[in-house]
Amino acid sequence: MNSAYRTRLDPETKISVSTMVVPRRRADAQEPRTPELRIASPYVLEGRDLFKAYRKNKHEVPVLKGCDFRAVSGKVTAILGHSGSGKSTLLHLLGTLDVPDAGEIYFDGERIDAMPRRRRDKFRNSKLGMIFQFYHLLPEISAFQNVLMPMMIKEGFWGYMKNRTAIKSRARDLLCRVGLEHRLHHKPREMSGGEMQRAAIARALVAEPELLLADEPTGNLDRETGKQILGLLAELKRERGLTIVMVTHDESIAAACDSVIHLVDGRIKD
Amino acid sequence: MYRWLLCWRYLRTRYIALASVISVTLGVATLIVVNSVMDGFTTEMQGRMHGILSDVILESHSANGLPNHEAIQQTVRDVVGDDLEGMTTVVHVPAMVSIEHRGESITRQINLIGIDSQTYATVSDFSKYLLHPENQEHISFDLKEQGYAPGRKYFPEAGWIHRRRFAAARKKLAQLDMEYHLEKLKNEKLRNAIDSVAISTFDPTTQVPANQNTDVDGGSAPSNAIELSPLPAPPAEYASSASETIEGANETSVPMMGPRFDAVASRPEDAPRIFDAETEQHDGIVLGISIGTTRYRDEFGEVTDYYYVQPGDDVRVTFPSAGNNPTAINKNFTVVDFYESKMSEYDATFAFVPLERLQAARGMEGAICSIQLRLREGADLNHVRDSLRAQFPLDMALQVNTWRDLQGALLAAVQMETTILNILLFLIIAVAGFGILATFFMIVVEKTKDIGVLKSLGASGAGVASIFLGYGVLLGAFGAGVGAVAGLIFVANINTIADWLETITGQAVFDPTVYYFETIPTIVHPLMVVWVIIGAVAIAVMASVLPSIRAARMHPVEALRYE
Repeated sequence: MNSAYRTRLDPETKISVSTMVVPRRRADAQEPRTPELRIASPYVLEGRDLFKAYRKNKHEVPVLKGCDFRAVSGKVTAILGHSGSGKSTLLHLLGTLDVPDAGEIYFDGERIDAMPRRRRDKFRNSKLGMIFQFYHLLPEISAFQNVLMPMMIKEGFWGYMKNRTAIKSRARDLLCRVGLEHRLHHKPREMSGGEMQRAAIARALVAEPELLLADEPTGNLDRETGKQILGLLAELKRERGLTIVMVTHDESIAAACDSVIHLVDGRIKD
Repeated sequence: MYRWLLCWRYLRTRYIALASVISVTLGVATLIVVNSVMDGFTTEMQGRMHGILSDVILESHSANGLPNHEAIQQTVRDVVGDDLEGMTTVVHVPAMVSIEHRGESITRQINLIGIDSQTYATVSDFSKYLLHPENQEHISFDLKEQGYAPGRKYFPEAGWIHRRRFAAARKKLAQLDMEYHLEKLKNEKLRNAIDSVAISTFDPTTQVPANQNTDVDGGSAPSNAIELSPLPAPPAEYASSASETIEGANETSVPMMGPRFDAVASRPEDAPRIFDAETEQHDGIVLGISIGTTRYRDEFGEVTDYYYVQPGDDVRVTFPSAGNNPTAINKNFTVVDFYESKMSEYDATFAFVPLERLQAARGMEGAICSIQLRLREGADLNHVRDSLRAQFPLDMALQVNTWRDLQGALLAAVQMETTILNILLFLIIAVAGFGILATFFMIVVEKTKDIGVLKSLGASGAGVASIFLGYGVLLGAFGAGVGAVAGLIFVANINTIADWLETITGQAVFDPTVYYFETIPTIVHPLMVVWVIIGAVAIAVMASVLPSIRAARMHPVEALRYE
């Protein structure tokens, strides 16, 4: 794989060493996908040969160097790796928050990384739920309003006003489901870490996505609370048939997942 | 939906942003106050000018005036037709007025205007600006008994009461003066007589009777008399000449007493009979109120007018006669009223007299200087002016102007002043816009992580941008709204506030000695308020565009990583 990376790079480096960029994303026309593959794929989420580099000052820092990824529908897939191994970057690419420099990402057989910005926004909103290590709830509004937020974004002003009773009851149910019936109208700063993560889970699931991406969901919680959160995620997976992709550096957590992908230095270690 | 929710939340939790719109608030309030006051001034001023100047004026260039004005008037009637509401003829001439005050003669340069009291009221609001209520109803050049300017403290006795009292006092004074002079003369002559008698005691020829005389007078020693009288002996017939002088004192004393004593009465060739100021008046004159007054602040800081002259007093007016070799004509007039238009230029120079008297005094033989027209409400002044101009070409020495043409420079100056003030104040709001810009950039940076979260939840860049744009709109609307309310309240109470500021600072905010308004005039045009608010909100929105674009462009991953 390393050599593949180099061979890719060679024609570029001849021109300029300082801009040691990985090749730009290939256009669809150059590498047509086979329709059979799209139908035959058993994976709900698939990343192929992903490259990503970040620019720090003048230097390109390659993070992903030809990484493949597959997540089986209805299973929990853990991405295990040390800090700086590129696991968060991989998750961001899978969640279309960022685009890979090279490689392709498919969701349900549809390529998602090359979609226009607007469709990616829509995809994130309706097909994807995301939870983060630091919860990332909006501090100005209550837990309940935080949970409503994806629905507000999805429905727009008039749609939301029309369906607000249904949406609100769904949000309330979800918050009750994650055990926050007593924290509905509390602001995030009035809640504990575990409660905030539960609210974040409720927010991620309110738009009824098929896929949940979790970036170290227990990284900022004590062991006991982390266990509760993982238990909740497992239950929700079972109830809703969710596919979960979870980034963690904790081997014991990874061991409890259905499949584990080891990420070392930007590549998958088999 | 989320945009409005977040926008509203940010508005309620970020008071720093409210601080940044205070300058918008102040700018809007100032703009409204300034525009209202300027509009008030302009409207008031235009109204007064218009009231004074009538609508259309046909003015003659000739010093001798227009002799054939009847024909011109007929032409005007034919041309203007139904639009004509009133027409009058006027004579105006530069003149000088002399006011006697405490023995001093105060002279002022004036514009002497001869008006026809019957028709002048039909073309202008002249009578509205007179002080006596009856004159306001109907112009008259007869002195009223009393009752000038009811409600003012300055001249409760002005009118005939004042005139009679002063005339009587002067008569009395003249009499006293005369008696004093007679007495003085008498004494002088007596002393001269005594002296000559004393000298004559040394005359050896008349020694015996003189000695007797001195003995009888005071028994003074003859040696004293020598020191007293070094004078040569007076003519022998002194006794008879002394008696003559006493009888002729009436003539000789008058020049000594000065012009205060009725000059007409003293000139037998002007007035064959003696003019009695107690019961008679000269031709009436209406003086502009500033001609005979000064306005000052008394020791208590109150604005007070000091009147050199009141209705009932006489003034002397000097003006040129008609003809190609003008000579100065002096004529006495009795002040019958004051004219107070509160346009200081007019109040300080206009003096009105009856038209036919002025014509007669100048020897104009019925000629007039200008014809003033009042048109129907809503008539097109410029159209009338143009058709009249076509009718009277320039070689007829007749100028046709509307009142706006005559005051064009002043109106344009006020207009320009208003425009410049508006531009300056909008610049202040624009400066406030930069404050908003800076504050918004700060808020966007502070909200970086939230922006990342929103994007991860599927919010579009436009959606995120609209949060901050909406925030700008709300802040701008809030600031402008508060400013508009504050400005309107200020305008409504502007005179109270001015008084209050005056008491606190001791400095006159609105000095009636400078402006001829008692209070600050204001007019609020709702459209002006709306435009000011729209302008302020637009500036706030423009200031929030850049931060919004920055928020929209923010990369979600970098935003989420932001610490």
